[in-house]
Amino acid sequence: MEVFKYKKPLSLMSLSKRFGLLSVIVLVLALGLIVVKGFNYGIDFAGGTLIQVQYKGKAPIKKVREAIKTDKAYDGATVTFFGSENEVVIKTKMSSKSLGEDIGDKVRALLKNTGSFEVRRVDMVGAKVGSELREQGLMAMFLAIIGILLYVSFRFEWRFAIASVLALMHDVTIAMGMIVLFSIEVNLDILAALLTILGYSLNDTIIVFDRIREGIRTIKNPDLSAIINESVTRTLSRTTLTSLTTFFVVLTLFLFGGEIIHGFSFTLLVGVIVGTYSSIFVASPILLWLGFSVSGFRLKEAEKLKREKEKDKMRAMYENGTL
Amino acid sequence: MKTLNYRVVLFAFALIFGVVFSMPTLTQSDNGKKITLGLDLQGGLHMLLGIKSEVAIESRIKSIAASVKYIFEDEDIYFDELRMIDGEKVSFELIDKDDIKKAKALLKKEIEGTVLNQDGMKFILMMTAEEMLRTEQNAIQQAVDTIRNRLNEFGLAEPTVAKQGDDKILVEVPGIKTQEEEQRVRELIARAAHLQLMAVDEERIARVSTMGDAEAKSFADVILKDVNTEERYLLRAIPVLDGSMLTDAKVGFDQDNRPVINFTLNGQGANIFGDFTGKYIGKRMAVVLDNQVYSAPNIRERIGGGRVQISGSFTLAEAHDLAIALRSGALLAPVYVMEKRSVGPSLGADSIASSSLALALGFILVVVFMIIYYGMAGVVANMALIGNLFLILAVMSLFGATLTLPGMAGIVLTVGMAVDANVIINERIRELLYQNKSVGKSIEDGYKNAFTAIWDANVTTLIAATVLYVYGTGAIKGFALTMSIGILASMLTAIVGTHGIYQWILPKIDKNKLGFWFGIKTEGSK
Repeated sequence: MEVFKYKKPLSLMSLSKRFGLLSVIVLVLALGLIVVKGFNYGIDFAGGTLIQVQYKGKAPIKKVREAIKTDKAYDGATVTFFGSENEVVIKTKMSSKSLGEDIGDKVRALLKNTGSFEVRRVDMVGAKVGSELREQGLMAMFLAIIGILLYVSFRFEWRFAIASVLALMHDVTIAMGMIVLFSIEVNLDILAALLTILGYSLNDTIIVFDRIREGIRTIKNPDLSAIINESVTRTLSRTTLTSLTTFFVVLTLFLFGGEIIHGFSFTLLVGVIVGTYSSIFVASPILLWLGFSVSGFRLKEAEKLKREKEKDKMRAMYENGTL
Repeated sequence: MKTLNYRVVLFAFALIFGVVFSMPTLTQSDNGKKITLGLDLQGGLHMLLGIKSEVAIESRIKSIAASVKYIFEDEDIYFDELRMIDGEKVSFELIDKDDIKKAKALLKKEIEGTVLNQDGMKFILMMTAEEMLRTEQNAIQQAVDTIRNRLNEFGLAEPTVAKQGDDKILVEVPGIKTQEEEQRVRELIARAAHLQLMAVDEERIARVSTMGDAEAKSFADVILKDVNTEERYLLRAIPVLDGSMLTDAKVGFDQDNRPVINFTLNGQGANIFGDFTGKYIGKRMAVVLDNQVYSAPNIRERIGGGRVQISGSFTLAEAHDLAIALRSGALLAPVYVMEKRSVGPSLGADSIASSSLALALGFILVVVFMIIYYGMAGVVANMALIGNLFLILAVMSLFGATLTLPGMAGIVLTVGMAVDANVIINERIRELLYQNKSVGKSIEDGYKNAFTAIWDANVTTLIAATVLYVYGTGAIKGFALTMSIGILASMLTAIVGTHGIYQWILPKIDKNKLGFWFGIKTEGSK
């Protein structure tokens, strides 16, 4: 089967302004959402207790709410269905330090008369641990970006590094915006998903950049936008196909993976879509705007080659004993 | 003609390695190393505990005070006003000037890690800074050991107790079935199991009902309540002896067949106990556990042999847990929960079922897609994908790695991303075939051209995964681990392995049937 078989390169760069504008609008909306509405931090980062209860048959959510209300300590606790009608999740900002009777046990006692149930999960994170986890998470994000910047600078050129990092920030920001928009609770798994997007988006961008790097060396036309057009067109099939296979599996994860990893798979789903878009329409134009010079790059490459050749020559002379 | 080559041999070895070492996990046999299921998949209790080390310091001071008292009484040195100040120091006064030298020498010899300050006949005994630090570190190490012993004796499979960072304790207990059982485990861990035998202050106990804590303190006494009746006892604050001198504790039964705990004291403890009971016949002595009085019997005669009994209205389970706690020693400092995650076994089973379903469906989708799109080239890619899955399982089994729910997600994701290398390679091969290059040349150059892209992309993803592994906690680490192994394994299977297969089957590839082999329209032979 063949889908992508272009005789001529698509003139994608002529569209770059339009897509650039689209990206900026979406980015502003995402940032606005993050600032105005803010993240809905889950207990991993905010501290608190989560109790997942499964009933035999439909969960009597009203009764559960009333039962929880009888203890003033749980003011502000929320009770929601979880995945199916049989299960509810109770969340409270409280956490207890005591190893003995803790919040899970107390809530279990409160629910005693609400029917036949089983407590399936109790997660409790102290406030101090929560803020530590949050700091660690930000640190992880930061370090990953630095590591990537260094590697791409080393393998390509600094403008490639900047462009790829901007593209992945674009993706992560939009994914964050969607997380806020759909009020998805931000826990450790969401952080993992964001870091995965970071890796995935980069993976995509690097493949395109690799082709551009190759194009710079082999395509005669020194016009960067022409080179980009051709390179992106040639990788379009791969970008789309890989995105499709990844999309398939993430979609199955989202549909069948269970409620616990719903937020995780949702975030990945957004990331795969945005990451694909950005590696085609965002990363390459940035390269253009950063004033990447093809002839300059070629000159440098030629010099590098010359130096290496000279070194080889010297080595050969040395080995022959003429130096 | 080249048929077998090192690449395909390497791939075959990798495949055999993968299948052989993933077997113990897949068949769940008891021979060989297996992947451990994370607590989120098999159910269990995960806790991060903090420790109140200041309490350890205080109790060390308390035991120093008890030692001082014992040493002086043993050596007939007269003293007065022995008490603890702020939980940090011990003060006392000597009566006889001639005892000073002897007392100083004795304290120096018998009680390590302290300094003695003299002010006339008044003395203050303090811990050195090193001793305090050592006590704190001791407390955490001792808590780790103690909790481990308790959990091992409780009889649940393979609990993990480990120090995390400088001052935290990680506790993981798989196989807990109900919330009630979990609560029992938590209580067992939390139990200070601080046993003290204390003398009742018979002179003043008559006034205990009107006495406050501060007044009791001024007499170097303490008020503690009975565990069942809430009756108040006035006790000498410095105990006769404590649980550190205990060698064994067992569940037994009293005359009425109620569970009790019998414990045995070591030589020194037995001596102290014998001396004390001999001296205070007719008076009462309280058995105090975690600051609650369990019994306060009259001493009828001198009790030698160092055997003591704790009675209370225990249930058998309580007595069982308490005996474990006493045997494994007291916690020098109390622990508290910083983080707790507990998953019931049914939820874990559900998670395994749903993520396995997602993995299977995702896998089938990708495999079918690759065959439809690339024909035989897709089949080759799928072989690499299968090899990859086995390799991930084998490597994880060999390292005894833990598979968590995010780890399962990582494997699912790897399936999607591992075919990426083959998509890139196949696209490159197609490009060259479109240019009417020979099949052999297209394959060789296709791999050459694709390599840098795959390499750079994988390295960058690995960078992100490594950071995630280093900074991630618990389950997230599992995700980073499976993804990293998946990427590394895909380098072997998807690049080296498929290349080898192509080289192997090259003579069989019919250049007139490129549609069958590479999924593209043949434009006739050239």
